[in-house]
Amino acid sequence: MKEFLEQFDKAFENKIRLGIMSALVVNAHLDFKTLKNLLGVTDGNLASHLKSLEKSAYITYKKEFLNRKPNTKYYATVQGKSAFVRHLEAIEKLLKST
Amino acid sequence: MEEKYKSDLAEIRDMMHRSSRFISLDGWSGISVGIIALIGGYLAYRNIFSRLPELDYYPMPHVDGQLGQLLFLAAGTLFLAIAAAIFFTIRGSRTKQEAIWDAQSKRLVLNLGIPLLTGGLLCLILLFKGFIAFLAPLTLIFHGLALVNASQYTIKQIRILGLVLIILGLLAMCFLHLGLIFWGIGFGLAHIGYGVIMKWKQ
Repeated sequence: MKEFLEQFDKAFENKIRLGIMSALVVNAHLDFKTLKNLLGVTDGNLASHLKSLEKSAYITYKKEFLNRKPNTKYYATVQGKSAFVRHLEAIEKLLKST
Repeated sequence: MEEKYKSDLAEIRDMMHRSSRFISLDGWSGISVGIIALIGGYLAYRNIFSRLPELDYYPMPHVDGQLGQLLFLAAGTLFLAIAAAIFFTIRGSRTKQEAIWDAQSKRLVLNLGIPLLTGGLLCLILLFKGFIAFLAPLTLIFHGLALVNASQYTIKQIRILGLVLIILGLLAMCFLHLGLIFWGIGFGLAHIGYGVIMKWKQ
């Protein structure tokens, strides 16, 4: 059991962070509003989870202006994608072993 | 422990699906589009095609007024069908609290639109050159190709509907004089069938 647990990524223990990552690995990029609608969370909640993923260098963002309104696009980094895949593999292993 | 990761996996799958595909297509959209197509097809038959010689593989000289009438009828049918599809999609997603005009639906419309517009313009060219008989098979084929292309970005049943339309279009090309019947089956019955199946599943 213990060796499995070590392979799980702490960053993905939270459902919202897991959701953000799942959405970002299958889309080139998503903006804040789309993520918010997908996850059904408040602005503040989403922002704090985005910040935490950003700190782990799993996601990055680009600020743009769309019709003079700020529009932030979020991307999964290469690092983030491989961490996500490792996390999935760890879950798979755990489920297979039981 | 195990349960938690099982539910995590389910959540990941659901999020990947919802974030990359537009899933708000409502069954009523298909049903209404089908009914409008049947009416449009019937009017086209009664007012125009029943007065023409049997359709065949050569251009037909236009009888005065019929070109305009056919264009008017086609534009009207298309407009009503799109309006109905959009209406029921918006209504459906309001009740489900989903956003409509987002990255997913934009991608869907773009990928649906490119083959559809190509086919539409080709059919207009053929219409003006007098090849009226090719319109039914080609609209079926291009609509089918557009649906297959767009199915990567929406519910996967759309792909099956697309394949059915392509087959009907090819058959219609073999039996030109039955073109309007295949058109009615494809745009009318197949869309209604699709809508009913979607409603049933919900």
